[in-house]
Amino acid sequence: MKILRWIIGFIVFVSIAVWLGISDISMFYKWFYILLLACFMVLFRILRGRTPADRAVGVDILGIMVIGFSGILALTTQKDIYLDIAIAWALQAFIATLALAKYLEGRSFDD
Amino acid sequence: MTEYLHYIGYGLVTIGVIFDFFGALALVRLPDVYNRILGATKCVTMGTSSIMLGIFVINGFNVLGIKALLCIFFLMLTSPVSGQVLSRAAHIAGVKTWDKTVCDHYDDDRKSGKIK
Repeated sequence: MKILRWIIGFIVFVSIAVWLGISDISMFYKWFYILLLACFMVLFRILRGRTPADRAVGVDILGIMVIGFSGILALTTQKDIYLDIAIAWALQAFIATLALAKYLEGRSFDD
Repeated sequence: MTEYLHYIGYGLVTIGVIFDFFGALALVRLPDVYNRILGATKCVTMGTSSIMLGIFVINGFNVLGIKALLCIFFLMLTSPVSGQVLSRAAHIAGVKTWDKTVCDHYDDDRKSGKIK
């Protein structure tokens, strides 16, 4: 059963890598597809994670993925407003992670 | 000269995207919370920061490049702190380590009363 899961995952990832290699779409779309795949893997961890700390880590890393998305959007469209979104999202995700950590420790928010 | 800088920038963005993917793979595959935090923090410091550095190398010192450098600064400032805080909170909340863990110095120090 474990070997079957390994083989299925190997086939899926190798087929995605071969498709990204042989298709003649633009480089920006390839970056977008790889980041989308990474976002779905992080979503899997958020949905399934055994402990609340797993979900908190997943939410933190999903914010980092969004910052990468907005960076690639800024590079594609040459507009700097996406980098404003990236900076604001970084600071906001940091504060959200601190609040989640305080909740995990079992302390109240005005402690 | 600018063509070579373009190639270096696109290479940096590609390296960053691939590191983001491997960070997500570590988040799926590694066995417990502390290992997942270790793997996922690499996806910040090498992945997204490398994307932003690629934007800076491609664009130079205009508005986009300066804002990308500012974004790298904030990411480097906040992300290791959030990783440390999350792992400490998980330890205080009582999340078990993996059963093949060799040693846990923080648990020993907390039980002996050296730190709170």
